[in-house]
Amino acid sequence: MILVDTLVQGILLGGLYALFAAGLSLVFGIMRLVNLAHGDLIVFAAYLVLLGVSLLGLSPFVAALLAAPIMFVLGWLLQSAVLNRVLGKDILPPLLVTFGLSIAIQNGLLEAFSADSRRIPAGALEGASINLGIVTVGVMPLLTFASAIAVIVALNAIFYQTALGRAFRATSDDTVTAGLMGIEPKRIFAIATGLAMVVVTVAALYLGMRANFDPSVGPARLLYAFEAVIIGGLGSLWGTLAGGIIIGVAQTFGAAINPEWQILAGHIAFLLVLLVKPRGLFPRAVD
Amino acid sequence: MLLETRALTANYGQFRALFGVDVTVDAGECVAIIGANGAGKSTLMRSITGVLRNEPGMVLHRGESIGALSSAEVMKRGIAMVPEGRRLFPSLTVEENLLIGGQMRKAPGPWNLAAIYDLFPILRERRRNPGTALSGGQQQMVAIGRALMSNPELLLCDEISLGLAPVVIRDIYAALPKIREGGAAIVVVEQDIGKALAVADRVYCMMEGHVTLAAKAGDVTREAIHAAYFGEAA
Amino acid sequence: MTQLASYRLTTRTRTGTAAGLAALVLIAVGIVLPAFVSRSVIQDLFYILTMLTLAQLWNLLAGYGGLVSVGQQAFVGIGAYAMFAGVILAGWNPVFAILLGGVAALILAIPTAFFVFRLQGAYFAIGTWVIAEVTRLLVAQWKTLGGGTGTSLPREATGSILGVDAIRALFSVREAAARDILAYWLALVLVVAVTGGIYWLLRNRLGLALAAVRDNTEAAKSVGVDAGRLKWAVFLLASVATGLTGALIFLQTARISPDAAFALTDWTAYVVFIVVIGGIGTIEGPILGVIVFFILRSALADYGSWYLLSLGIIAIVVMLFAPRGLWGLISSRSGLHLFPVRRRLAGPKIEGGH
Repeated sequence: MILVDTLVQGILLGGLYALFAAGLSLVFGIMRLVNLAHGDLIVFAAYLVLLGVSLLGLSPFVAALLAAPIMFVLGWLLQSAVLNRVLGKDILPPLLVTFGLSIAIQNGLLEAFSADSRRIPAGALEGASINLGIVTVGVMPLLTFASAIAVIVALNAIFYQTALGRAFRATSDDTVTAGLMGIEPKRIFAIATGLAMVVVTVAALYLGMRANFDPSVGPARLLYAFEAVIIGGLGSLWGTLAGGIIIGVAQTFGAAINPEWQILAGHIAFLLVLLVKPRGLFPRAVD
Repeated sequence: MLLETRALTANYGQFRALFGVDVTVDAGECVAIIGANGAGKSTLMRSITGVLRNEPGMVLHRGESIGALSSAEVMKRGIAMVPEGRRLFPSLTVEENLLIGGQMRKAPGPWNLAAIYDLFPILRERRRNPGTALSGGQQQMVAIGRALMSNPELLLCDEISLGLAPVVIRDIYAALPKIREGGAAIVVVEQDIGKALAVADRVYCMMEGHVTLAAKAGDVTREAIHAAYFGEAA
Repeated sequence: MTQLASYRLTTRTRTGTAAGLAALVLIAVGIVLPAFVSRSVIQDLFYILTMLTLAQLWNLLAGYGGLVSVGQQAFVGIGAYAMFAGVILAGWNPVFAILLGGVAALILAIPTAFFVFRLQGAYFAIGTWVIAEVTRLLVAQWKTLGGGTGTSLPREATGSILGVDAIRALFSVREAAARDILAYWLALVLVVAVTGGIYWLLRNRLGLALAAVRDNTEAAKSVGVDAGRLKWAVFLLASVATGLTGALIFLQTARISPDAAFALTDWTAYVVFIVVIGGIGTIEGPILGVIVFFILRSALADYGSWYLLSLGIIAIVVMLFAPRGLWGLISSRSGLHLFPVRRRLAGPKIEGGH
């Protein structure tokens, strides 16, 4: 039974990692941009939600609802003012710019909020659990997983059933021809990053409610997110969920053997998948 | 004047591809631009559509300079492009490829999904397929349909016969008169002189970045074209 | 036609020769400097020289080799830990144990390259980072070297470092100061060897091959450049030298922990900023970058996280507005190349040419 329990906990943890990864996957898929500040942006959004809760006395969910449009605008500005200028054939400039951004955000947060651990209070949800017969699962992990599914379904709907999604895919295929269709690739990129920041806000909500966070935890989240994206294969959101689950399950099994091995087990699972399938489990046909 | 280039120059880095090109297109007319490989025809198209930017006053649309506009802004003024090599979006189905052509500019006019499917009936059957799963000729039909979806005033067709079988070329060229009936002016860029002269009102011949001949399609002689095309007397 | 024989390809320029002479003078001054300056100056210089070494190596990888690694802390850390292991477990003299750091880095670099070379571009960067994390987490399990909390070099080892007694006698300083001077000299040797080595490599066939691969891998392949082997060679070389540098850095601090030895900020972020601000893809860039970095560090040392915040923002601004860095600005204005690696045709002026 412990085996089943560990497996279920791991799958649910994978939902959190898929949330971390979904925004990254979106941006990566559309503009091949690697945002090394993604984890720090999640932490930034978590502080934003925390401010809504502690200053305005809002419920975390309402606070996240308010934070989401702010994050959209920040993402839009970040892309328009900074990242669009460095996109191109050479991957070095965007990597270095987002690396600089990562360090800047971490230290800006440190200055604003100190290094103390914080947590978004979730009230009755904290510690609540449901007995599913074979296993007992926490309400919070379950909610996280359900949110991950909802985010992926919503993103896929946007991607495949709207004019915006058509523009996303066309721009991802060929920016020059997209321009001939009246699409401004840079505007599309700005919208995509804004959308990714909305997903980041959802990820931040659960990051902050489930565990303590401080300004330094971003890079580790970025790594989990990236591992999920790479395992899943470029541009496949369901693949990203699968990747998150693989990391999550590996971590819970690692932790079951020795608590110090939790993170290590996740990384090793990633390296093993990479060894067998360097392009991920569900690579897109066109790249 | 719908479109005009005045002493248009274009460079790729150090390499100059156009040396003062003057071309005009009136509303509703069909103009052919012919020339061998490397004559500068595609560069001219790229300059007009804003893929290559140029100096003020070099490219005019209805008398206004459009050289500094992005290709999206040029397109929204009613200049649609069928790019060389079709360039369909591989991630989009045939129908999505058509839809995306008209989603950023919705001008009144004869062209919509149903009208495109009537023009090229085979596309209706293949509408759910990925654009790139089609034959070359069918892909060319999608590319033309995609450009028409915005109901442009000017349709630029870059090498639409390239790499296609003669029977397929015939089908595609058969569509051009119907497009003109819809009111759009057409520029056909071609290496195939016969095809171009058959549909065009006027013809420009280009060689090594210069316009070497400008004439009415009916007036031009075989010898004159040969001289302008190859730079030698026939 | 006979005149053609007097043309030759050369990388030599007058400023290059002058800079070479100036470098020799600087090295000579550097060697005798401990006789004239205080211990804290020596410590600062040690820091500058080791950071410069790491920056030159990262620049070799990313700027010349196109290998954007954000996992260089793996080699700093493993090199440092190998040195500690040599001293604590095998009883080696710390100076010799530094070499063990290079060996350990090489041993780690081989499987790392095997993994990360399967990845392209950004994936490569993340792959190197994951490997560094895995190495850190594994080393933290090494209980005899202090596990997660780390350990110090034992007194008897630090007291008997090769050459320290001679330095004590020479400069009549305390043992701790003598150790700093030794570490400083070793850092000087390392930075000269690494910078000189990279310069030598770039002036020779490897430099041409690297430029060809960076510009167009396919075309390079078609003229017989084996891009795969070249990347392996660059990666292994840089890893070994990074391992040696890591060992030396922690010989000087004499205390180690996984978090310090495998710190992303200290051994990769700072290094990346130095190269970016100074100018990527040049040998002069990291030198200028480390000077700017150190000035900023001294000026902003009292402001804690503001320092890193501004460093991050400066790197972004430089990347946006001067992507070739400060040295790029200087050399494009003045045409100055202190370490010329570009091949030019030298010979008599051509009459009537354009």
